[in-house]
Amino acid sequence: MIGESAAHDSAHKHVNGEAQYVDDLAALYQPLYVAIGGSAIACGEITSIDLDAVRAAEGVVDVVTVADIPGHSDIGPVFPGDPLLVERIIEFHSQAVFAVLARSQQQARAAVTLAKIEYREDEPVLDIGTAMERESYVRPPYKIARGEVQTALDSAAVRLDSKFSVGGQEHFYLEGQVALAVPGEDGSVTLHSSNQNPTEAQKLVADVLALPMNAVVVETRRMGGGFGGKETQASACCCLAALFAIRNRKAVICRLSRADDMRMTGKRHGFLNRYEAGCDEQGRLTGVRYVLAGQCGNSPDLSDAIVDRAMLHCDNAYYIPAIEVTGLRCKTNTVSNTAFRGFGGPQGLIAAEALMDEIAFKLKQDPLDVRMQNFYTAGGRDVTPYRQTVETATMPIIVEQLEAGSDYRQRRADIRRFNETSTYKKRGIAFTPVKFGISFTAIHLNQAGAIVHLYTDGSVHLNHGGTEMGQGLFIKVAQIVAAELGVSVDAVRVSATRTDKVPNTSPTAASSGTDLNGMAALAACKVLKQRLAAHASGVFGCDVDALAFDTDGVRAGQHAMSWPELANSAWMARVSLSANGYYKTPDIHFDREAGSGRPFYYFANGAAVSEVLLDTLTGECSVVRADIVHDVGQSINPAVDIGQIEGGYIQGLGWLTTEELVWDARGRLLSDGPATYKIPAIGDTPPVFNVQLLENSPNAEATVFRSKAVGEPPLMLATSAWCAIRDAIAAVDNYQTFPRLNAPATAEEILRCIDDLRGI
Amino acid sequence: MNHAQQVDIELIVNHEKINCRVPVRVNLVDFLRNELGLTGSHVGCEQGVCGACTVEVDGTMVRGCLMLAAQADGSTVNTIEGFAESGRAGHLQQAFATHNALQCGFCTPGMLASALEYLEQGGVADRAAIRQHISGNYCRCTGYQAIVDAIEEVAGQTETTDGQ
Repeated sequence: MIGESAAHDSAHKHVNGEAQYVDDLAALYQPLYVAIGGSAIACGEITSIDLDAVRAAEGVVDVVTVADIPGHSDIGPVFPGDPLLVERIIEFHSQAVFAVLARSQQQARAAVTLAKIEYREDEPVLDIGTAMERESYVRPPYKIARGEVQTALDSAAVRLDSKFSVGGQEHFYLEGQVALAVPGEDGSVTLHSSNQNPTEAQKLVADVLALPMNAVVVETRRMGGGFGGKETQASACCCLAALFAIRNRKAVICRLSRADDMRMTGKRHGFLNRYEAGCDEQGRLTGVRYVLAGQCGNSPDLSDAIVDRAMLHCDNAYYIPAIEVTGLRCKTNTVSNTAFRGFGGPQGLIAAEALMDEIAFKLKQDPLDVRMQNFYTAGGRDVTPYRQTVETATMPIIVEQLEAGSDYRQRRADIRRFNETSTYKKRGIAFTPVKFGISFTAIHLNQAGAIVHLYTDGSVHLNHGGTEMGQGLFIKVAQIVAAELGVSVDAVRVSATRTDKVPNTSPTAASSGTDLNGMAALAACKVLKQRLAAHASGVFGCDVDALAFDTDGVRAGQHAMSWPELANSAWMARVSLSANGYYKTPDIHFDREAGSGRPFYYFANGAAVSEVLLDTLTGECSVVRADIVHDVGQSINPAVDIGQIEGGYIQGLGWLTTEELVWDARGRLLSDGPATYKIPAIGDTPPVFNVQLLENSPNAEATVFRSKAVGEPPLMLATSAWCAIRDAIAAVDNYQTFPRLNAPATAEEILRCIDDLRGI
Repeated sequence: MNHAQQVDIELIVNHEKINCRVPVRVNLVDFLRNELGLTGSHVGCEQGVCGACTVEVDGTMVRGCLMLAAQADGSTVNTIEGFAESGRAGHLQQAFATHNALQCGFCTPGMLASALEYLEQGGVADRAAIRQHISGNYCRCTGYQAIVDAIEEVAGQTETTDGQ
């Protein structure tokens, strides 16, 4: 209260020697290292635990179990279910049981192996099918429907009923999960974390340590790759590092080994997709019933939203008059699956593409023609199953450009001829579109903040809530600031994302980084510029409208000031040179109960043609050429956007071809390193790879400089490669049987599929 | 196992003579990072597959995670910091930046080391040959195209210079 003689803010620290002076800090920066002890079973309970040998091991400083957590032990991001350290019940192999702090990384890892834990083991549920049979879900099933599906199916000229599985995917960010915690005063802690979601880590660290959020700072300068894998999964390292840092008054690094990272952190959801569909004789859909079952692992994590997004993308770019989509959130005794570039969208979209291929196969049409027949078109065929109207002008332009640029028709004819005479090698080609909804489906996350400072030498400092994981967000937002203020990009410095600088931020996810943070930074610049303009017009004695800002400064007629002169002059006149900006995406809403609304501000579009060459004796397959036309609106940075498209396609290609997660019968992940889990190397990429941005296509919505989000959508362009592989396989029996191909289309899966066609 | 067992090593790192006592089980990249503070070489997979820890030992590019520091006794080691300081990789560094041949950047020092080896062995502006040479370095972000573009450009410049 005012008038109260409150004690000096540091009084209690000065009297016990805890107040930190600069020379005191160096000692804190000699870090100690964490290793995590994981469960040796996938399902069951711990009957006894003896960590005496761990505690006695060389170099060990501290050991913690769940009993040592002062606050909440559950770090589930949306719903509970993710214990930082388990108490007794084990739900997946390698689930964290205890953690060790030691003087070196090697000592910590060695000590972990000395634990004596006994278990009572139950039979684990390891696959979607078993979970469906038992109706074992992490969240309730959810349905979106429109029209009379059964009637449409019953009266359809052509009927189809198929199912296929889609594998999960390990993120394999090259920099694994890591956090450094540095203890501060009054039990506070600062974390340096490789993290897409600093605010959530801040909240969870505070919860775990029973601290208020203002006692925790999380800073993220950059990540060595994220891809969704550091949206919720970075929190555990933060919490353990912070717990040890506070207990021991030392800086602590928690970095998972690659094997631990792969076993202990979530991945992309595998799916089992089923469609029952009906179409007319031309191949135009009349009704579809989808069941999309996602493998969520042991806990909800973000699975509700992920399976929702799969459901919202199983139309892809196609109008389906009568539709019913059921999304199942299957619970298995595997690590809890999480966000991964596309966030369920790819697993839903691929169901629509499999369906298009099967219709074309049945009607002996070119699959592109079937796709074109089914595209959303204006005038009654432009409303999604969730009642959002689709902008239909862009896709036809993309298709036209790509069809011509890739020489699709001619090459398809050539491939058919090649396959007639080639006995063992077969070629295949496919053309698939992508329509991807942009916005978090959790509406409240569509907000962002930024701060912009102008210093008296004319240099600009920018900070916003988005994190840099390699995607080029920092340079894009710096370009936006430079463009709006009129300064050169070199004059703008972006600093690390910090929870005490811009608070209460959303994760950098859902492709939204530039859309949200760019707009927030733009808003800050507008405030700042208005103040500068008012000041300059006063100095010059002219109207604000007469001012022109550029990289040299501000001018009006004969008057001019450089940026340093302007900044200094404004400061001398006591004009605030620091501004906040805030943005929330307008016009979005979704009634989940009704399955209806406008969840997406807009759609990003693109299309790809992939051609593959298949060795039918070995199952070995390679993409020999890929052509892409992709819509990024008005590009803020074409080099960065093309990088996202190329990288997204190749990452999607890995997901659908070589990246296979394998568990043993007891639920232990066998593919726990790069020797057993194969991400694309350069030899796996197409030697001919043509990527074009769609030109002259500013976003119809008022996004930042009319650009479009680009992070996730290109990943789904790789669906064309998966479809091309099936096209090549179909040549084995001269296109008599539709190949029942699952994803990933590994060499083994391709051979299984070929044997299937040959009746072996 | 005895973690405390140590051995004296002497080596040249980035043109500087180093004398050090190291635990016998410490690998080269951890030694470079933790003992010498040369953190430009990254620890990616710790299994010798990803190539993020690629450094030069006696003229050959090696995986820093597959070699013990003790094995580097008597060797000449160069890391990304050394390549940068000596100007050996100047053209490549510039080309990687202008071609956007990096995103998260974690693979870049190792990738650059492999690219440098290609160029210094007389590699030409041939995409197939470049692809072959960097096939042991993973990049999870870029899809590799821009990396090949960058190396191809520098190889082309080198050819032109040689021609003059």
